[in-house]
Amino acid sequence: MNTIILAVIVLSAVGLVFAIIIYGVDLKFQVFEDPKIDVVAEFLPGANCGGCGYAGCRNFAEAIVKAGNMDSLFCPVGGNAIVKDISAALGIEAVERAPQVAVIRCNGSLANAPQKIKYDGVQKCSFAHSLSSGETGCPNGCLGLGDCVESCQFDAMYMDKATGLPIIIEDKCTSCGACVKSCPRKIIELRNKGPKSKRIFVSCVNTEKGVLSKKNCAVACIGCGKCVKSCPHDAITLVNNLAYINFEKCKLCRKCVTECPTTAIWEINFPARKAETAATENENSVN
Amino acid sequence: MLKTFKIGGAHPEESKYSANSAIEVIEAPATVYVMMNQNLGAPSVPVVAKGDKVKTGQLIAKGEAFISAAVHSPVSGVVEKIDAWTDASGYRKPVVIITREGDEWAEGIDTSDTLVKEIKASKEEIIDIIKNSGIVGLGGATFPTHVKMAVPQGEIAEYLIINAVECEPYLTSDHRLMLEKGEEILIGVQILMKALNVTKAIIGIENNKTDAIDHLTGIAKNYPGIAVQGLTVKYPQGAEKQLIAAVLNRQVPSGKLPIEVGCVVQNVGTTFAVYEAVQKNKPLVERIVTVTGKKVSKPSNFKVRIGTPVSLLIEKAGGIPEGSGKVINGGPMMGKAMINMDVPVTKGTSGLVIFDEKESKRPVVANCIRCARCTMVCPMGLQPFLLAGAMEHDNVELVEKNHVMDCMECGTCHYTCPSNRPLLDMLRLGKSKVGEIIRSRKN
Amino acid sequence: MNLLTVSGSPHIHGNQNVNKIMWQVVLAMIPAMLVSFWYFGLSSIVLTFIAIIGAICVEYLISKFILKTPPTIHDGSAVITAILLAFNVPSSTPWWQMLIGITFAIAIAKMTYGGLGKNPFNPALAGRVFMLISFPVDMTTWPKPGLPFNTMNFAVDGLTGPTSLGIVKEGLAKGDTMAQVTSQLPDYGQMFMGQIGGSLGEVSAAALILGGLFLLVRKVITWHIPVSFLLSAFVFAGILYLVDPTQYIDPVFHLLAGGMMLGAFFMATDMVTSPMSVKGQILFGVGCGVLTILIRVWGAYPEGVSFAILIMNAFTPLINKGFKPKSFGR
Repeated sequence: MNTIILAVIVLSAVGLVFAIIIYGVDLKFQVFEDPKIDVVAEFLPGANCGGCGYAGCRNFAEAIVKAGNMDSLFCPVGGNAIVKDISAALGIEAVERAPQVAVIRCNGSLANAPQKIKYDGVQKCSFAHSLSSGETGCPNGCLGLGDCVESCQFDAMYMDKATGLPIIIEDKCTSCGACVKSCPRKIIELRNKGPKSKRIFVSCVNTEKGVLSKKNCAVACIGCGKCVKSCPHDAITLVNNLAYINFEKCKLCRKCVTECPTTAIWEINFPARKAETAATENENSVN
Repeated sequence: MLKTFKIGGAHPEESKYSANSAIEVIEAPATVYVMMNQNLGAPSVPVVAKGDKVKTGQLIAKGEAFISAAVHSPVSGVVEKIDAWTDASGYRKPVVIITREGDEWAEGIDTSDTLVKEIKASKEEIIDIIKNSGIVGLGGATFPTHVKMAVPQGEIAEYLIINAVECEPYLTSDHRLMLEKGEEILIGVQILMKALNVTKAIIGIENNKTDAIDHLTGIAKNYPGIAVQGLTVKYPQGAEKQLIAAVLNRQVPSGKLPIEVGCVVQNVGTTFAVYEAVQKNKPLVERIVTVTGKKVSKPSNFKVRIGTPVSLLIEKAGGIPEGSGKVINGGPMMGKAMINMDVPVTKGTSGLVIFDEKESKRPVVANCIRCARCTMVCPMGLQPFLLAGAMEHDNVELVEKNHVMDCMECGTCHYTCPSNRPLLDMLRLGKSKVGEIIRSRKN
Repeated sequence: MNLLTVSGSPHIHGNQNVNKIMWQVVLAMIPAMLVSFWYFGLSSIVLTFIAIIGAICVEYLISKFILKTPPTIHDGSAVITAILLAFNVPSSTPWWQMLIGITFAIAIAKMTYGGLGKNPFNPALAGRVFMLISFPVDMTTWPKPGLPFNTMNFAVDGLTGPTSLGIVKEGLAKGDTMAQVTSQLPDYGQMFMGQIGGSLGEVSAAALILGGLFLLVRKVITWHIPVSFLLSAFVFAGILYLVDPTQYIDPVFHLLAGGMMLGAFFMATDMVTSPMSVKGQILFGVGCGVLTILIRVWGAYPEGVSFAILIMNAFTPLINKGFKPKSFGR
């Protein structure tokens, strides 16, 4: 019995001594952290995706508290909802931004851009890109090996087996930008989601002369410039044989879509056109 | 006594089907596509315009940067256009397209076969002539020869080493050149020795070319200072660092050039081109290309003009065999698989190897079984399993620390791996990523 | 004409592949297997068979349904683990213990790490140690050899007995003199051929050396680990013997007894768990040899090979970090 009591006393004493040491060390080496960081961190989605440009959500919260404003700091995943919350909590002004979504600017599907060679090697876009211009012959087109799908942390992308092109699930996309960085050919772009999710863009990034791009892909942008002329809002520019629609200026009038001879321009989430203009509607209207 | 290098190496099947095919001349084609980037370094700048009339051997592009080379017209005719053309990898690069009219050579060029023994040019003149003749390393690396021959201040060349190893399987262009133009090659060696101010030259030849070793050894008796060294057959003995280690047992320090150990290495084809340039005033407009493969009906070695579309060569070798799956520009270990056969011959095209469907497919990849065979065969003493594994997890620091920049992309590790892991692909990715980091550090 | 294929260099491949390596190792183990069938009879055949079938089934099921990767049973590595584990058990092991052991070896010691190439410890040895701890009595009851193709289970009094190492350890612990101990041991000839008590695969040094030489000639393994393992064990035991022959038995006995040959040629040379550089492999072999003798002489168990190899497996990553190959030009 004595040994048990002795053991209990000794262990308790050892425990007490270590507890005091730990408490003292904690006091001496305590890191001061601004309590506001915790407040801000509460609102953040906690995905640590890096879309804000910082190493995780906590790092982003620190940046906001340190800067004292949200001028160049934006969390694309949380979006405008958390902008409101954080600015209210910290008592600072904050401007909301237009919601964005990732867009695949290539329609070189297996049907539109027939296969000319077989790629046999590491099945990643980065490797295929450095080895050759790709299976379709278009040096700017999608390689279809899915580096972008793998990079998405929000399960918002999948590869369409029928076309060989990636598909973005609008509702899940948080515009964090991971897929944009992963594509070696810079095919993916973050564009404004648009009012009622309507948007228009040129689904091609080929910079070769029209004759060459048409040889490889039936729906390539040939740089003819018809869309530029048709746009009443000056939103389209033609550089290096490629048309580009500025999403800030685009008013979604859809004139360019019908003008394009290769159906390279896409309209997303628009209602079907009225009867008189039904003849000019093309396959690129996604409703 | 045969020599070889000590660290690493493997022995792929030699497959020298075209070793007994004498060099055949292919007439210049109707249109030539002269790529502007046929060498390591900066692309050449055209000095002709659309519509200009040119003669064979006339200068059509200048090498403007320090590491660049001149390009000469391979035919006489009219410049059709200055445009872009797809190279072996499918990307479009600048080209000068010339339509042939006759075959008139430029003034002063001796196109005869007579042997010219006396070397009239002085040491300085030789390097100038090499520069103006657009000669680059014809072993495949295409490094501008005049830059290699210019020994930097403070360094002294002791040995000239001639690379007649041809360690790549299938290729035989250097072999045939030695058998048919042996004397010219030795005069070329003398010219290079004069330019470098060395008295000792060694020609390294692998032991699967005993006829060439015997032939050159016989001729070399009349040329003081030139020795022929037989080498055990081992890949990649043709890499200049490994060749120097084999012949002289000296190791070029990492990151440095062969001149650091007193050597300058030149390919035997380049040496022949130097002979033609200095003794015959003939710039580099043609080269020997091997066309071969297990199913090719007529494995051959052709003398072709630069800019000839590859499809013409394949036609002359019996046409592309039924069921072919891959056409390789170069040898099977380091060559590039071509996307189509309209690609033209360039200064670096040493051969075309045609594979059938079965040979074209990569075997199935399995897990790394940590057998260390890749490490045992790496000629640079690297650990490919470690570097490739690190690249799979994007660990660029580990890759840099383990000397990935020493890798010469010979492919021996990838060739040997029992699990068929894509080691060389990973190493190339590692080199490009580390290269980017090193460049950004310098800025 | 079909489409041209484009891939990165090199475009040819050597004729080595994992299947060839693994099946050659299986081939090398056949002499020892035949000896075990001869001396230990039907039970040996049954146990080996159960191990092989069990290993293949477990690996197939786990890779197909849990890991969801293509099954790799055709590469032969599961069969190797099965045969090695069978080599490590007595012939009187109940069939269900064999099944549990092989399931542990494949499922826990190999598949949980991701399959072939990713395990840090030799799966057969891990399985053997697991069985030793779980079924201590069955795993230390050694039937005597020599009654081929008779009954299934030898665990009957008079027909079992300690192994040679067991005789030495228990004898010296009891206080017997070395002379008394050695008189009970089988002679070297018997130990070399295998007519002794022991686990299924370890008894015949001759069969194991034959298999080992086959692997060396075919360049499946290199000589560094077996030679450094055997040599360091011999030297260490030799030093002890020279110091006090009445306390320590001679080194030749150590080489022939127990799992020394099996361990040196087949277990320590397992590519996945041994170091990748020559210097590292020699250090690994020396460590195994020294530890084996240490455990045999001063440890609680009569046999030390399994534990020695497992301990050195744990050091392999550190050895790999410390020893790099000779770089060119540095």
